Formats: sequence, structure tokens, C-alpha cells
Amino acid sequence: MKKLQKADYIKMYSFMLKIRRFEERAAQLYGMGKIGGFCHLYIGQEAVVVGILMTIDKNDSVVTTYRDHGHMIARGLDPKRIMAELTGREDGYSAGKGGSMHMFSKENNFYGGHGIVGAQVPIGTGIAFTHKYNGEKNICRTYIGDGAMNNGQVFEAFNLAALWKLPVLYIIENNKYGMGTSVDRAAAGLDLYKRGEAFGIPGEKVDGMNVFSVIEAADKAGKYVREGNGPYIIEVQTYRYRGHSMSDPAKYRTKEELDNYKQTDPIEIVKAEILKKKIATNDEIEKINKDTLEEIKNAAEFATNSPFPKNSELYTDVYL
Amino acid sequence: MSTEILMPALSPTMTEGNLSKWLIKKGDTVKAGDLIAEIETDKATMEVEAVDEGVVLDLLFKEGEVNIPVNKAIAIIGDPNEKVEVKKEVSIEKVIEEKKIEKNIETKIENKKADIIDTPSPKIEEDRDLSSEEITMRQALRDTMAEEMRKDNKVFILGEEVAEYQGAYKVTQGLLQEFGKERVLDTPISEHGFTGLAVGAAFKGLRPILEFMTFNFSMQAIDQIINSAAKTLYMSGGQINCPIVFRGPNGAAAQVAAQHSQDFSSWYSQVPGLKVIAPSTPYNAKGLLRSAISDPNPVIFLENEILYGLKGPVNNDINFSIPIGKANIEKEGKDLTIVTYSIMLQKSKEAALRLKEEYNLDTEIIDLQTLRPLDTETILNSVKKTNRLITVEESWPFGSVGSEIANIVQRDAFDYLDSPVIKVNSADVPMPYALSLEKLYLPQVDDIINAAKKVSYIK
Repeated sequence: MKKLQKADYIKMYSFMLKIRRFEERAAQLYGMGKIGGFCHLYIGQEAVVVGILMTIDKNDSVVTTYRDHGHMIARGLDPKRIMAELTGREDGYSAGKGGSMHMFSKENNFYGGHGIVGAQVPIGTGIAFTHKYNGEKNICRTYIGDGAMNNGQVFEAFNLAALWKLPVLYIIENNKYGMGTSVDRAAAGLDLYKRGEAFGIPGEKVDGMNVFSVIEAADKAGKYVREGNGPYIIEVQTYRYRGHSMSDPAKYRTKEELDNYKQTDPIEIVKAEILKKKIATNDEIEKINKDTLEEIKNAAEFATNSPFPKNSELYTDVYL
Repeated sequence: MSTEILMPALSPTMTEGNLSKWLIKKGDTVKAGDLIAEIETDKATMEVEAVDEGVVLDLLFKEGEVNIPVNKAIAIIGDPNEKVEVKKEVSIEKVIEEKKIEKNIETKIENKKADIIDTPSPKIEEDRDLSSEEITMRQALRDTMAEEMRKDNKVFILGEEVAEYQGAYKVTQGLLQEFGKERVLDTPISEHGFTGLAVGAAFKGLRPILEFMTFNFSMQAIDQIINSAAKTLYMSGGQINCPIVFRGPNGAAAQVAAQHSQDFSSWYSQVPGLKVIAPSTPYNAKGLLRSAISDPNPVIFLENEILYGLKGPVNNDINFSIPIGKANIEKEGKDLTIVTYSIMLQKSKEAALRLKEEYNLDTEIIDLQTLRPLDTETILNSVKKTNRLITVEESWPFGSVGSEIANIVQRDAFDYLDSPVIKVNSADVPMPYALSLEKLYLPQVDDIINAAKKVSYIK
């Protein structure tokens, strides 16, 4: 693996922080009634997507679940336009027609944002199929929530990916709960990473609160897939601090459990590492914090000032 | 006692077979289970085993003879020492019973033949590039796919048994040999998975043709069709389109009962983001499939198994296409309008002939060709001329394509109607297995005639 440079540490910290501040602001706008519908926050899981980001090629494709705001930020997309989609405005990535769960950026190879649990898995497998069909060296990173790991189409996709040796990296974000049902109440067999074994797909479990572990695993898995060996599964153990969606009080878990995870907060881990390695001073970190807060504040302002889609937009984009 | 070996029905839709090869000769002794012949059906070439034992007394057809009706005797086996005129010894009851069975089978074959009697419409005959040779629907579909695959490397086909098996209904015959296994892919029986995969591939810029062995199995994958393929262009604010064709046989075949006989035309036609096509002849199958493959949107292409064998002329220009969203006036008329699509076109045409002969009614027949977007203009213009409308389709009655047409016509041409619109649909029940009930379930020529009489106030 390529050694991480100083700039990489700063990049990781900035992105993780940006995701956190974004989600906090989204929660606030939701509370104010500026964001409607379902809104699933990524707070606590930042190390997963940022860790993967550190190993990604910009021509690789990504497809993920409806918990997608952080994924878009990590893909380098503009928080202003992401937030504008959350507020359902014309500057949003889907011009206000997709909302929080359905956001895309084709030019950045970001294929959503899917609202149906498990549906993105065959889709990501098909995007990987295209990379192979076109003779490209790229891979598709397909994110899966722990809840989807009991969904039939996921296994159909695993079978096809293994059968046709498709360049797809499956990343299971195991945040311990599928909505309000804990993994042990939903899954017979808790080692989700082993669920590709029957198809000959190698799998690995990773600490998802620690971005460095994620990078290491993603790098190794990415290489395996890129070299044409077929799919690979990594199960990232993570935790969401908030409920499943904004309307979920998360009463199915204890405060102690949450506090326990907060002890290993992914952003704090990176920050400590930066200070320890003297990559940046406290003041420099403070400046990043301030700038990030400012950037997200601007995004919120932009998103609440962007106009609603024109009425005529109701009937556009049904057919090309 | 001697026994006749009959041409067997080797598929639900087989009405006749070709004798490819005899595996026995006169004078051979055959035991039950011995292979006796190779028969080519509408789907494949299959070996036939003996069920009775004896010496081959006679082979009634030569190798290479074609179109031998199902249940026709093809060979006689028995005891060589016995005289062949054993039939006289058969009891009268048995003869009657056999005649009955024979008659049933004849009716069954006749029914199916009636379904596929076709003469090209005047519109087709006007086509200057019309081929002199007639080809089957199956071949028209196959040729069009091959032509489009030659033009564009991004077009590929996937589905169950499409490659090595050459297609469950032989529609993809020869494609594997020409295009290789990278572009003609056999999938596992895994509709939900491979449909999602194909949708993903289309999002990423390929142009998949996905064959459902029958549209009944598309139910396994309907989430990916509706929630992913149809909606993503809209949900992405116009960024991600899905150029995919979902094709395969739809509707009733022959006695395959409730889970394998269902018409999904109105289901899919309800969904914005999908285009829905239902061809009725080799000619329009060719033109419409080309438009479907070239279309940047997801297209549901509803074929009909019984029509696969229908022969007709086509336009062989590799760029010939029929626009999506345009109905064909199959036959002009002034007294009433029949709006129909897919296999019911054939029955409607038969009904129109009888309506002319028996009631002197001049029927206009509109073959929709595309169900979504619906060509309302052609329908309304026709109704404004004839003032009477019946819709004929194989789907269930509740919320069918005909229901929507009735709604549009009462809204936009109310003053032109001289009688209520009547819909002819299948029975509002699951498809039964029994031949007799199946016939009752499906719209028949008499049902169309009765509806036509009703809108014309003929008692």
C-alpha cells in the first residue's frame, strides 16, 4: 500500500468533518421543515466512506443506499447542491426530483442513492459488468447496509458477480441495525462478510470506526478486484449515532451502547493521529473546523435560497 | 394387435412436426423406451421413444417430411404374423371414443391455426421494400436483434437459455455463434438479480436486450423494472437514462395454466418512464423491435408465444423501423372501430370478415402496436368516423388498456359516440388448465361479434 502523505491525513479529516457538519445541519433544516420526507444521517459512519475514498480512482463507479449524503461528499460533490437536493430545490443534484434518497452524478460516476433496500446491489454488479464489457480497468464499489444482507437479490448478484468474475467490491456497512431491528434479530449467522463464501467470494471484517483499518482493507480488496479476480466483500463494523431516519428516536438501543461507540469516534481518531504525528497544530485544526462550519453554513443558505423547481419540470425527464 | 405411433405433441404450442430422422426401419423389433425418431418441433429437435412394443410393420412418412400434424400416425408396430386390419376388431364404443378425442385435437389445432391466419394489411402491402419471402415472427425478431448487434457493440443479450440452448422459443437462434459469449449471455434462473444487473449496465451506457423466458417471470424482477429502470431518469433530474429492452412472450400460450398464462400489458402500461410495445405480425415486430433497441428509454416488448410461428412478409432494410407510439390502421371501415393489439388482431380480423358477411358491417381495425405512449389521435379519429368502438385484448378486464381507451374516448369524443364502448377481455379469473375452460377464458371471435352487434344495436 502507498504510504499516506501528510496531505492525505488532512484530506481525511476534512472530509469526515465535512460530512458530520453537513449531517448536523441537515438535521437542523429538517427540524425547521426545510427538508421533508425521509432523511437518513451518516453521523458516526464517516470513516467508512472516507477510508474507501482514499483508495478510489475517479473513473471507478460507486453505487450506494439511501444513506447517501456522506457518500456524495466523499465523492467530491458540492455540498451546496447536495443540500439543495435535500431541500427539494432546482439546484439540487437531481433538480429537486430525487430528494435525500435518490441522488446521482453521472459525470462523477456516482450512480445513486437507491431507496429500495438491496436494489443497488444487482445494479452495482451491472455497472461492474459494463466496466468489464468495455475492457476498462475500473471497478464498481457497491455499498450494502446490514439490513440488505438478508435480501434475496443480494445473493443473486453475488452469484452472478462470481460466475462472471465481475470487478465489483461489495462494502457492507454494518451499523448494527436495519431500521430498528438489530443484526442479531435479523440475520442467522452474524459474520456477514462470510456470506459470499458459498460463491467463492473472499470476505473480510474491518473496524469501521478506524479509517486507517478501512483504508488498508479497501486497498487490498480493491487491488484484488482490479486485477480481474472477481468480486470481494468487506464488512465494515460501524455505528450510526442517530436513528435510522429523522423520525426514529432509536429507543431500541441503550444510551450506554451509543456512548461506548462515541469513545471511538472516527473523527477524533484521525485528529489524534494528526496531532501525534505533528502533521498539523491545534490551531491549524481549528481553522479547518471553522472553515468547514462556514462551508456547510453557506451550503444550507444556498439550499434554502435556491428556487423550487418550475411547475413545468413536473413533466420533464420522464423519457429521454 | 398392431399399434399406430402418432406424431407426438412435444411442446404446449406444437401443432405439427417435421420428421428429421428415423432411428428404426421396417422389420426392426422395438421395445418400450427405444428411440424411434427425431422430430423437429416449433422449438427444438427432439428424440421420440417407443411406448409400445412390437415389430415395425410400416413407416408412414419419409425422413425430411414436414408439417405432419400432431396425432397423425407416423408408423405402425405390431405382430408381423397378424393382419394389419385389426381396427375392425375394435369395439364400437372405442371407435366413438377415439373419434371424440381426435375431434378435440382437431379443434385444438384449428383454434390455434385460426389464431394465426393472417393476410398482410393494405398498409404493409404498400411498402415498396416488402420482401417476397415470408418469414416467421420468431425469425423477424431474431434478425432484427442480430442486425442491431452488428451495428452497435453496446447491444448485448442476456436471459435464461438464450445462448447455448438457442432460446427457449428459438428466438435467439444463432446469436451465440455469431456474437460470442461476451454478448450473448446465459443467465442463471435469477430474474431479480440479472434484471438488476442489466439495469445497472444500461445506466452505465450499454444497451441490454433482456429476454424473459416468459413475462410471467418478470414478476420476480418487477421492482428493478419499475423502481429502478423506469424511475431513475426522473429521480436523477435527467442525468441517468436506461436504454434497455425487456422482451419475451406475454399472455396465454396453450394450456400452461394460471402461473404461465398472464397478460401484463396493462400492468406495464400504467408506469410512466416505460414504453410498452406489443407487435402482432413479423412486419411490425421487425420495425418495432428496431425502434425499441434504439430507444434511450426502458421498453417493455410484449411478444406472444402463439404468434412466434406466424409467417408474413417483412421489410429487410436494416434501417427500417416503425415509430413507437404510432398505431396502424390494419383495415379501414366505416361502421364500427375495433381497437386491439398483439394476438387479438388475428381474431379481430376474423371477426371483421364474418361481420361483413353475416351483418354487412364494415369494420375498421386499429392495431395499437404501442400501448404506451398510446396513439389516442388515431383512435379518436376513427371513432369520430365510425361512432362505435369496441376494444379487444387478452388481458383481464379490470383497469385494462381498453378501460383507458374507453375513458379517453368518452372524454374526448363523447358527442361522436352512438353507443357505449364495449370491452372484450379475458374472463376475470386465473387462467384454467382444462382445454375447454381455457377457451372460455380467452376472448373468442364470437365474443367480438357479439360486442360488435351490441354497439350496432343488432339483436
